[in-house]
Amino acid sequence: MLLEIEGLNAHYGRIHALKSASLTVGEGELVALVGANGAGKTTLLRTLSGVHPATSGTIKFEGRDITRMPAHQRVAEGLIQVPEGRQLFGPQSVEDNLRLGAYRRGGNPERDLEELYAMFPVLKVKRDQPAGTLSGGQQQMVAIGRALMAKPRVLLLDEPSMGLAPLLVGEIFNAVERLKEQGTTILLVEQNAYAALAIADRGYVIETGEITLHDSGSALLANERVKQAYLGL
Amino acid sequence: MFAEFLQYMLSGLTIGAIYALAGLGFSIIYNASHVINFAQGEFIMIGGMAAATLTASGVPLPLAILMGCGGAMIVGVLVAKFTVERARNASVVTLIIITIGASIFLRGVAELVWGKDFKRLEAFSGETPINILGASMQPQSLWVIGCAAVLIVAIGTFFNRTLTGKAMLATSHNRLAAQLVGINVKRVVLISFALSAALGAMGGAVVAPITFSYTEMGIMLGLKGFTAAVLGGLGNGPGAVAGGLIVGVAEALGAGYISSAYKDAVAFVIILLVLLFMPSGLFGKRGTERV
Repeated sequence: MLLEIEGLNAHYGRIHALKSASLTVGEGELVALVGANGAGKTTLLRTLSGVHPATSGTIKFEGRDITRMPAHQRVAEGLIQVPEGRQLFGPQSVEDNLRLGAYRRGGNPERDLEELYAMFPVLKVKRDQPAGTLSGGQQQMVAIGRALMAKPRVLLLDEPSMGLAPLLVGEIFNAVERLKEQGTTILLVEQNAYAALAIADRGYVIETGEITLHDSGSALLANERVKQAYLGL
Repeated sequence: MFAEFLQYMLSGLTIGAIYALAGLGFSIIYNASHVINFAQGEFIMIGGMAAATLTASGVPLPLAILMGCGGAMIVGVLVAKFTVERARNASVVTLIIITIGASIFLRGVAELVWGKDFKRLEAFSGETPINILGASMQPQSLWVIGCAAVLIVAIGTFFNRTLTGKAMLATSHNRLAAQLVGINVKRVVLISFALSAALGAMGGAVVAPITFSYTEMGIMLGLKGFTAAVLGGLGNGPGAVAGGLIVGVAEALGAGYISSAYKDAVAFVIILLVLLFMPSGLFGKRGTERV
């Protein structure tokens, strides 16, 4: 397995936000992690990226234990996160944001930049504008683009559809599917369980910090409990 | 009449250039770490004292200045490592008090090393005043203004044209995202202290022939630099430069037309007015982020 999480715990002060979570992501897989607001999805990703400390448990990446590795080194290893709420460098230009995505790789990112502009043509038009002035959907493209510039081995996507108009949500999910087809390994965290499970190979359901269900994406879509709790069916 | 005005302007711009460098130092560190580093003045003092004492013991001037800058950078990194980094999760007020403590400590050490008396540094290229439209200007003033201008342009280029500079700016805009693109934010803080220290020390060295060097020279220069940074909008580099020049000129005009006894008061009246009426400064950041 490319990414293996075993018995991972994390706290915010006294709050036990992540309770012994275990999860795996294989090479080329698209794995969805769904759950309600506050269930611990973002905490899991923050712990994975090393911006929040794990209290116990292990994170293995390509077989190596990275549980205590500093955040910037995990990026160098290829564990790249698109954070919730996009988190762009607002006053800096779109192109600077994208180039900073390749910060750890060094060298010359020109070719990747052109490939990215081919994927999101609107970003090329707006390349010199401050990223913070773009619309929500375009900002999400910059956020995903910035992560792709790092050449992720595993892409961690945190709520990419949050706050976007329904039409744009479809567009973002299409982009995620395209990335999967190109062979990118993805861990997708979503409140929009239906859309996420529909494109996922496998899915996990997280409730109040605990992973309660694990199955293939289609099986979870058909699961009665999931239907009731998350799909509103 | 005009010559008199010009005279005040020139001396204001000279000292303003030093305030601008100090203000820039405050802004760089504030951006990287949200710390207001009140040891900034001590970096200036280290530069001035090192240049004066090293040349007195026979070291060539350029080397003496470089050694002063290098020394200040090491001190800056140590201040960051042993105070700010260790108190990472402390509140802003605590961090400010820590830097004030560091500044007192540095002055104490400087007094042990260099003594309490004033040190003199020869002007870099003589003391024959230059006549400009009836006002006379010390050649050293040109050195001060010239060096400050070169440093300011260099800093601007660093932040806007190099990837490391952009990464430092990015860290100030969004620390979480900076970590997620692989920027080592701890190192950014260390670099910011080193840069600010070098700026301050360079300023201290070029201004030393005008003001003399002494271990307490950094107190007022540092506070004026802080005024410059706040006036320009804390964290705004070009704003800090403009703020420094404004404070310098206002002070010189105040000293010339009102009374030189009120020279220092001018800067502090400015800072009070800014904090009361426009706390984000003249060019303070206005939000451009859409969520």
